[in-house]
Order: sequence, then C-alpha cells, then structure tokens
Amino acid sequence: MKTLVIAEHDNTRLATATLNAITAATRFGGEVDILVAGHRCDAAAAQAASLAGTRRVLKADAAHYADALAENLAVLIRGMAGSGGYRAILAGASSFGKNLLPRVAALLDVAAISDVVAIDAPGRYQRPIYAGNVLVAVESDQPLDVLTVRTTAFDPAATGGSAPVEPVASGPDLGLSRVTGRELSKSERPELGAAAIVVSGGRGLGSGENYQRLLEPLADRLGAALGASRAAVDAGFVPNDYQVGQTGKIVAPGLYIAVGISGAIQHLAGMKDAKVIVAINKDPDAPIFQIADYGLVADLFEAVPALTAGLA
Amino acid sequence: MENALKILVPVKRVVDYNVKVRVRSDQGGVELAGVKMSINPFDEIAVEEAVRLREAGTASEVIAVSCGGAACQETLRSALAMGADRAILVESDIELQPLAVARLLQAVALREQPQLVICGKQAIDDDANQTGQMLAALLGWPQATFASKVLPGDGTLTVTREIDGGLETLALKLPAVVTADLRLNEPRYATLPNIMKAKKKPLEVMPAAGFGVDIAPRLRHTRHAEPAARKGGIKVADVAELVNKLRNEAKVI
Repeated sequence: MKTLVIAEHDNTRLATATLNAITAATRFGGEVDILVAGHRCDAAAAQAASLAGTRRVLKADAAHYADALAENLAVLIRGMAGSGGYRAILAGASSFGKNLLPRVAALLDVAAISDVVAIDAPGRYQRPIYAGNVLVAVESDQPLDVLTVRTTAFDPAATGGSAPVEPVASGPDLGLSRVTGRELSKSERPELGAAAIVVSGGRGLGSGENYQRLLEPLADRLGAALGASRAAVDAGFVPNDYQVGQTGKIVAPGLYIAVGISGAIQHLAGMKDAKVIVAINKDPDAPIFQIADYGLVADLFEAVPALTAGLA
Repeated sequence: MENALKILVPVKRVVDYNVKVRVRSDQGGVELAGVKMSINPFDEIAVEEAVRLREAGTASEVIAVSCGGAACQETLRSALAMGADRAILVESDIELQPLAVARLLQAVALREQPQLVICGKQAIDDDANQTGQMLAALLGWPQATFASKVLPGDGTLTVTREIDGGLETLALKLPAVVTADLRLNEPRYATLPNIMKAKKKPLEVMPAAGFGVDIAPRLRHTRHAEPAARKGGIKVADVAELVNKLRNEAKVI
C-alpha cells in the first residue's frame, strides 16, 4: 500500500508540515514516496531523502515549479497518481496543502479529506468540524484518498533514512498564474506551528507598539513563538501570519500564554490542544479562563513585565 | 462597461457563527432543529467584494448561486440584499459534499460564462476549504485562495493572498477563481430598503438533477462526537504564584 507525500519547501528546506505529513503517511502501513517539485531543489530533495520512513524521493525540477503554483503542480501530481498506484496522497494542512490538494482531488475525481487528525485505517479517518467543536469519523471506499493532515496531530518524521532521489518528468507549464511578489515575515523565533512555547496577544494590548513592547521580551526570555487573536490581526497590531484560530494557524505547544485574549470559540479552535494554557486578562469573566490551566486576573500592562522579570 | 466582469458568487447556508453546536444523540450529525442559520461569513465577504467591483464599474453583474434545499433561498436573498443582481438556486435535497458542489457550480459557470468566481475560502460548518480549488480545477482556470486584496486589470487579476509565512501576490489570467479570506473587506449590513428590494430581484430555481452531473456523496460521516472538554484550571493570585506553578507544578519552563 503505497502513499505519496507532497513536499512543501522553498527549494532549499522542507517545511515542518511535510515532516508531520510523512508520519501520517506511515500510518497506512506501506511505502512512502515523497514528491519534491521545485526549481534547483536538490537541497530540499536531499533533506527528504534523509528522513526515516521514506522509500524514495521523486524530484521534478523545472522553472515552472519554482513558486509552487497549484495549477502546474496539480497536473503533475495527477499524472503521477495515475501511474504510481498510490492508496493516498497527503500533504500538511498548511496554506500550501490546503491550496493544492483539493485541486488535485478534483482532477482525479475523488473527494478530499481536510485537516485529518487521526488515521485509524486506510479509508478510516477523523477530522474536526465546526471550529473543532465536533469530531467526525469519515469513511471512504475510494481507491485513492487525498488528505491534508493537521500537523499538530502527528509527530515530525525523524532523520536517519537514506532514500534514493529519482528524477521524474515534469508536466506542462500551463501559464495560468505567476507570483509577482512576496512579503514574508522574517523572524529568528521558532515557527508558530511547531514551537514548544507560544506567547499570544489579543485586543487587550491596545496597539502594535504595546504588543511589541510587552510580548517580545517575554517571548525572547522563553524562546517562544509569537501569535495573536484575529482581533489583534484585524486591528493591525501584527501581520496576518500571526493569527491562531479556526481560520489561522492551529498550534499545540507545551505552553500557550494568552495575553489580553478574551477567548472566542474561533480562537480556542486553534490552541485548545496546548498542554498547558495560561491566560492573563483583566476581565474575570473572559471565556479564556474556562479552559486555562492557570488564570491570572490582572492588568496585563503590569503583569506581563512582572512575568518577564520573574522568569529571569 | 464593454470589458466589465460578470461575477459568480457561490453562497452556502450554514449554522450561524454565534451558535454553539451540539451533536445529536444518535451521533449522526449536529442538531439543526430550531437552530439559527445564516449565510456563511466568508461567502458574505465574497459577495461584498463582488458588489464593490460592480459599484466601481469593474463588474457588470453579480450573480449569487447556492446549492442545497429550498431554504437556501433565504441565503440567496441575503446576498441579493447586499447588492447581488440576481440569484440561482441549484436545488437538491441530498447531502452535497464539496466535489458535488464544485461540479454543480462548474455546470452553472458553463451556462453563465462569468469571467470571475469569488467564493468564501471555507464554510464554517464542515471547515473543508475545498470547493473553490475544486471548481478551478474542473474549469481549468487559475486560482487564488485566501485572498486579502483583489485588483482587476486588463484580462488579468492581481490577488494578494494570506499564506503561512506572510503575503504572496499572484497575477492570474481571467477567467479565474478567487477565495476570500477574512481581511478582504468588511461586509456591509443590508439595509431595510435593500432587504425589501431584494425580494423583487430575480431568483431562478433549477433542480440539481437537471444538470446531469454526479453529485452522490463520496464519503460517509459515520459518527459525530464532541471532543473531550478541557477542564478549567485554577486562578492564581499574582505573577509570583504563576511563575511558581509553571516551574514546579506544570514544569513547562
């Protein structure tokens, strides 16, 4: 029972979501192939080959794969699925996977299954719906399933493999779209989706200046990633890629510190699987306190600097 | 208006954003009896964007389309009250999964020949985030998902997308499919006069069976459950107690 994992990468390094997807693919119990489609992507392919559980790395190297455009990749993957005899095609449920895999599924005339959190058997999956308030068991009798997997539900694949890298023929350049610009956040901090500790801020911080002044020193002290509620992103305190929640990033760190976040269900959907949740909010009735392990009812403008100092 | 766009906007009827859903005792689904239903919030953003493009003279017509039971007419009236020009209900009483909806929308697009489809990026009931991408695949059109900015040009569309690492800008050839993210716009509230006017706008009902496409469900949703509720913890008195608990009880720092 073979599976194909679609690697997400920048031609040099794999995204961590791909490591989680490889672990999910091993739950099918068979051989795992990894497709690295990119341009001058030898480094990414070599990293994929070093991962435990990989049977082989299939490398499609062409200029029209440089930017991971869904139109070109979907046609390539459709061709490989036809000849490869795969039981499942998987990718992480990141913006890359969510953009690409439904397109692949439609080309293959199969249903896609999004945000899978458990693979009980081939064709037997579990996924959250209604912002994580309901978990549904999904059964498929399709010969081929197309899945995006929630990264927090599967450990990242370990290194220690030495799979061969085999070139595969490129598909056509459809020329339907092209990337004209990217504004990527640059940060020395851990990736939000994979961090052990997340410090997250909400509307209660009042401004972007306050967010930086209060939360960055705390995150620096803890080696934490920074996150935010939708309200804080909408208000322009931080960029969109900080958002944690139903429609933002899903995180499950060991420690999640929610500062000035009231706790709308859409936010809780993105962080309620954290091992330990701390909430700091001046409103004792804020819903975040209902799920927090440690709640501190306090003025965050005093409590956060004191916490940062207290951790020294 | 010669080059103005005809825009198709698919809308879905879902359990209202503010409702706390409950699983039915037979685990076959969530309780829908007596529950408030609304237009999917992301679809509302899609309608708003299309109406703004028409108001700016970039679009000539905005057509709202919904696939589902007769009650979806309410959802379409919401879109009409926001400013859509006319509406189409593709009526079906069977459960429609994303691939089936994409196939029906493909059939509507082939009939209506829009240059642009703007969908919500996901519906807040099944959280699938699939239909727009599937529709783009079936039509062979380019796609721009998670859009936070849409700028039409001459035969092209420039779209800024919210991606994991930040923002990405794509240039697409038209026709194209765009899916709306939260920050694309803030939808207007329908005014009472516009709600009244919407009642008189054309709403065409077409049986799904008439399109002759395969809409049978491909997946079975066999068991619904509420995840184990997280237990609330304790309130700490001050920062010193918090640090102590994190160090010595939770041992996470």
